[in-house]
Amino acid sequence: MKKTYTVSVFTENSIGMMNRVTIIFTRRHLNIDSITASESEVKGVFRYTIVLRTTREQVDKVIGQLEKLIDVFKAFVHEDSEVVHQEIALYKIKTASLTNGDVEKVIREHHARILTVDPLFMVIEKTGHVAETQLLFESLKPYGVLEFARSGRVAVTKPMKEFSTYLKELEESND
Amino acid sequence: MNSTKITGAQAVMKSLVAEHVDTIFGYPGGAIMPIYDALYDYENSVNHILVRHEQGAIHAAQGYARTSSKTGVVFATSGPGATNLITGLADALIDSTPLVCITGQVASHLLGTDAFQETDVVGISMPITKWNCQVTKAENIPAAIAKAFYIAQSGRPGPVLIDITKDAQFGEMDFEYEKCTNIRSYYPRPKLKKSVAEEAAKLINEAKKPYLLIGQGIMLSNAEKELLEFVEKSGIPVASTLLGLGAFPNHHPQYVGYLGMHGDYAPNIKTNECDVLLAIGMRFDDRVTGDISRYAKQAKVVHVDIDASELNKIIKADVAVHADAKEALKVLTELVHKKQRTAWLQEFKDAKTTEVETLQESAKALHSEEIKMDEVIKMLSELTKGEAIVVTDVGQHQMMTARYYQYNKTKSNVTSGGLGTMGFALPAAIGAKFGAPEKPVIAIIGDGGFQMTLQELGTILQSEVAVKIIVLNNRFLGMVRQWQQMFFEKRYSFTNMVSPDFVALAKAYSIEATKVEARTDLKETLLEMLNHNGSYLLEVMVAKEENVFPMMTTGASVSEVRLK
Ligand SMILES: Cc1ncc(C[n+]2csc(CCOP(=O)(O)OP(=O)(O)O)c2C)c(N)n1
Ligand SMILES: [Mg+2]
Repeated sequence: MKKTYTVSVFTENSIGMMNRVTIIFTRRHLNIDSITASESEVKGVFRYTIVLRTTREQVDKVIGQLEKLIDVFKAFVHEDSEVVHQEIALYKIKTASLTNGDVEKVIREHHARILTVDPLFMVIEKTGHVAETQLLFESLKPYGVLEFARSGRVAVTKPMKEFSTYLKELEESND
Repeated sequence: MNSTKITGAQAVMKSLVAEHVDTIFGYPGGAIMPIYDALYDYENSVNHILVRHEQGAIHAAQGYARTSSKTGVVFATSGPGATNLITGLADALIDSTPLVCITGQVASHLLGTDAFQETDVVGISMPITKWNCQVTKAENIPAAIAKAFYIAQSGRPGPVLIDITKDAQFGEMDFEYEKCTNIRSYYPRPKLKKSVAEEAAKLINEAKKPYLLIGQGIMLSNAEKELLEFVEKSGIPVASTLLGLGAFPNHHPQYVGYLGMHGDYAPNIKTNECDVLLAIGMRFDDRVTGDISRYAKQAKVVHVDIDASELNKIIKADVAVHADAKEALKVLTELVHKKQRTAWLQEFKDAKTTEVETLQESAKALHSEEIKMDEVIKMLSELTKGEAIVVTDVGQHQMMTARYYQYNKTKSNVTSGGLGTMGFALPAAIGAKFGAPEKPVIAIIGDGGFQMTLQELGTILQSEVAVKIIVLNNRFLGMVRQWQQMFFEKRYSFTNMVSPDFVALAKAYSIEATKVEARTDLKETLLEMLNHNGSYLLEVMVAKEENVFPMMTTGASVSEVRLK
């Protein structure tokens, strides 16, 4: 049965790392829904967050292949219920539409905020799950959305074990 | 103070020497010229073998690594030189062969500009190397090479590629070499968990019909002695994968044969009759398992591998032992009970008799005057007492050799298993001989595969390496023809092979050669070849339409091996 999985990969920050990580998915003909990367809580260690829909069996094998990469410390897989996750979305609309009182209402109802206002355009920001940021997009559409960009998922896990604890365990597992 | 500055190219050579490299297979070109210039000063300490094609260099390095247990080293230039390595990298990765390939690259300011002979070899080779990197500064060369050797050799071995830009080769640096012994994100030496070993031993001790499958992992971890002790104490029958051949002496009474699509009958069918299946240093390739939904379902599976991603990848293990084979075998030998399993072994022997009788019956149907491949291999095996290094190419001759050569010595079987690369054998045999100069090296090659890399006869000529070459000429791409006969109504679409005069060809390279067509001449010519001082090519005209049996057809289970 296919489900949405969040894969977290902890890696060195080496050139081509993104390529090495994605090749593993490509080889198994798996489509990545979103991918983000940035430095984790451990200095110098990068965290990739990859979201995809597949079977548990496939994703478990992917984890094995990812961990086989020399520059990967550890990879984890979680179901949606095991992570707290968010996406950030930015919407650019004409400043002129603000004079239409409804826009302000829409922004307030969606708990979005205005990031910047230029004489010509303004940028609205909303953080939430895809369904929520999508809903705001639909609501703004009638006023004309000039640009819309949404980030990939970022996620932290609910279990309390920290990555640095895993790091220690890994070092000890080596003879 | 004296300046101790050297160039990046000199640093490459010094680093290789620090890693005890004494043999390099390579081919020069523009982007690697500074390294070749540095190599020129090492004429007395480093043996560089000039091949005729970079694919030849990498296959030779694979052959070298497989017989010497050292890391094979390859030099190639940028662009076409580097892309010619691709097949060998893929082959070495899937067959776990340690290699360090050094490629030249255009100067760093030209990267990404489509400069002459620029190719993104790091990008291309990412999925077919264990690790790769690009070095653009001279001072980073020693650390990259140290890391490369460490990665290539440790854990599950594999090929590594370092791409060095021309300016890094020319650049100056202070040389200092420190061997790499640890990478913080890489854990190649798993600690065997005692409790897991105990669980495995418990299953084995309680089993009535335990059965052991071994792979190349035994040789990669130098566990031959530990294997023998374990097998003799536990009384378990042993079968081998294609790449595992030689890890356990084939004349041993507990050796029951060769596994897989063209493997022996008993080892395949007994997989579905044993109660505990113990697999060590093998990876359940589909050529071994056949249909996995009908593979060893009745058995408890114990799988030992150093590569965690192999555990539970294909066959679910009841006990997955993440460990080096040598260590695992040592511990298991202590834990298992001493037992004899005569009745169980007899079952394998009975199945073997069925196989031999059926095959003899089929042989009668073929033209009796034609020499058959298996006759050549059996005779060669006898004449060499199963102690030669045998290098095979890919096809019917490969399967026949695996079936009928009695591999009694470890690291004596060099073949392209996982990738099935035609053209592998000739260059691999050259490398194998450099890796084990004191042993006879015999390449067994088909008429098709020989023509894929026969330019390496030039390497034999120039390096004066003594390899014996047997071309089993059936005038067909035999293995494909067999499938066409069996599954495509004998529609022999582009599988007949017209070949040149191989004997004249060999002689053009100053290699002694003979062609044999009559059975009565076979033994004599084989002996002449073996006793000849230097290289020798023996072309044996064999039956055109001989088939390899037993055979497990695609989608069949191990219990459904066809004997004819
Ligand atoms: C590079 C490459 N191309 C194609 C194949 C497919 N293939 C596998 S066996 C075979 C026939 C080999 O013929 P030959 O070398 O004459 O050996 P034979 O089977 O006749 O002993 C072919 C074409 C391959 N394995 N490798
Ligand atoms: Mg042939």
